[in-house]
Amino acid sequence: MSAMTESTESLKTESETRADVVVLQRSWWERNGRTTSVWAARVALIVGLVAAWQLAAGRLFDSSFTSRPTDIWARLVDWNADGTLWMHSWITLQEVVYGYALGSAGGALLGFVLASIPTFYKVLDPFIMALYAIPKVALAPLFIVWFGIEMDMKILLAAVTVFFLVFLNTAAGVREVDRGLIDAVRLMGGGRRDIALKVVLPASMTGMLTGLKVAIPYALIGAVIGELVASNRGLGYLISNSAATFDTAGVFATLVVLSVIAAILNFLVGLLDHRVSRWKPAEART
Amino acid sequence: MSTLLEVRGLTKQFVKDDTGIVALRDFDLQVEQGSFVTILGRSGCGKSTALNLLSGLLQPTSGTVTYKGGPVDGPRTEISYLTQSDTLMPWRDVRRNIEMPMEISGVGARERRQRAMELVERVGLSGFEHHYPRELSGGMRRRVSLARMLVGNPETLLMDEPFGALDAQLRMDLQAELLRLWQDSGQTVVFVTHDIEEALLLGDRVVVLGLRGRCVLDRGIDLPRPRDPDELRVEPEFVALHRQMTEALRKGAK
Repeated sequence: MSAMTESTESLKTESETRADVVVLQRSWWERNGRTTSVWAARVALIVGLVAAWQLAAGRLFDSSFTSRPTDIWARLVDWNADGTLWMHSWITLQEVVYGYALGSAGGALLGFVLASIPTFYKVLDPFIMALYAIPKVALAPLFIVWFGIEMDMKILLAAVTVFFLVFLNTAAGVREVDRGLIDAVRLMGGGRRDIALKVVLPASMTGMLTGLKVAIPYALIGAVIGELVASNRGLGYLISNSAATFDTAGVFATLVVLSVIAAILNFLVGLLDHRVSRWKPAEART
Repeated sequence: MSTLLEVRGLTKQFVKDDTGIVALRDFDLQVEQGSFVTILGRSGCGKSTALNLLSGLLQPTSGTVTYKGGPVDGPRTEISYLTQSDTLMPWRDVRRNIEMPMEISGVGARERRQRAMELVERVGLSGFEHHYPRELSGGMRRRVSLARMLVGNPETLLMDEPFGALDAQLRMDLQAELLRLWQDSGQTVVFVTHDIEEALLLGDRVVVLGLRGRCVLDRGIDLPRPRDPDELRVEPEFVALHRQMTEALRKGAK
């Protein structure tokens, strides 16, 4: 054991003293300047837009249509105080998470399995595309008949939307696997199992992750549309209810909450992506 | 010396729409155990197809490949094949790429690691074992492929223009390295190339192929080893052989 650590240590020093590795003395600004200026620009943009909105509302536009940032903020504070915000957000969040989990697990699994059997996939392809092309809202009435207007129906609507995106991207990833890599494993004496686990699975990760990433906002869309169609709880309900009572501040406040939820979900997937695609060139990462 | 690999009447036809394209026709070859055979031919003469058939990756339209008296009808672990293009797994680092054949044959993790590290050292990549293929230069990737090929201790190595995409200097280094690794290993090598000098420098025997795998010339090369490319180039025997090969290649194209 001690011999092992010794050898890795000697290797480390060897790579550190290699001539093509140069230690740079860079100032804080040289290292972080670019990121800092991008973030500064982002903050300036949002502050500018909010300020312009606040000033224009009531002067250029009728504030009963556009509301104004201060009213929206006041509404958020109220809703926070009486618990409305958290109750409805919690409902929607559950629908999104369950729907997303269900849809992406099904999509990834089925995409991987079906695309691994090319002939089978070829047979199913037109049917899958036809189902994919159905606007998912059109399924809402059917789901209401099946499951009522409780959470199940929204979860399913979100899941169906997510399913196709993850399914199609995973299947594309599987079908675009480099033939040479598969042959390499065959030459090593690997069977179908080795090919599936050691080549196709890691190679299709990129496609699957793309699917998982683009599907996130769609899970939210699925859930909120379900709530807009028929419900008595959730952020979608909050929007339609606020709009029905001509409460634009309430509508905008809900939209703010929705975009915060979307941003958090995107951030989480970004972390996952970064871990899995460490081997890819930096430019190809997103 | 006994015959290790025997190819008889090998024909491969690819189907495109309604026509069959013959890549190889009635190809015969016998490879002695422990010998280094180079197959020389211009591009498109079917030499890659021949190797794909020898390795068992492709099935012939007709004809047989026999290895140690038994038919080759699929890839086998005693025969290792280094293809023209890199087939390293981009999501595995150098060490884990080299470990892969052992992983598949079920070698334990500790032994895998140890043997992979040995080979990393043998091909001169110490300090790079945790780099991913995209972080390496073309020559280093070839070295990793070479290490991955050697790690399973194959009896026979099939190599398809393995150094074709490298610059001249690097190619010479890797050729010398290959010879060093091969010598005294008792391994049999079938090495495909379009480069006359490479064929003469490496082989005990050179087989020149014409169109569709027609054998134009098959002769032993008894230049003394170790062969130094710089000295070899001015040697009269080498020059004569070079001329003969050029002539054969020209004849083969007709």
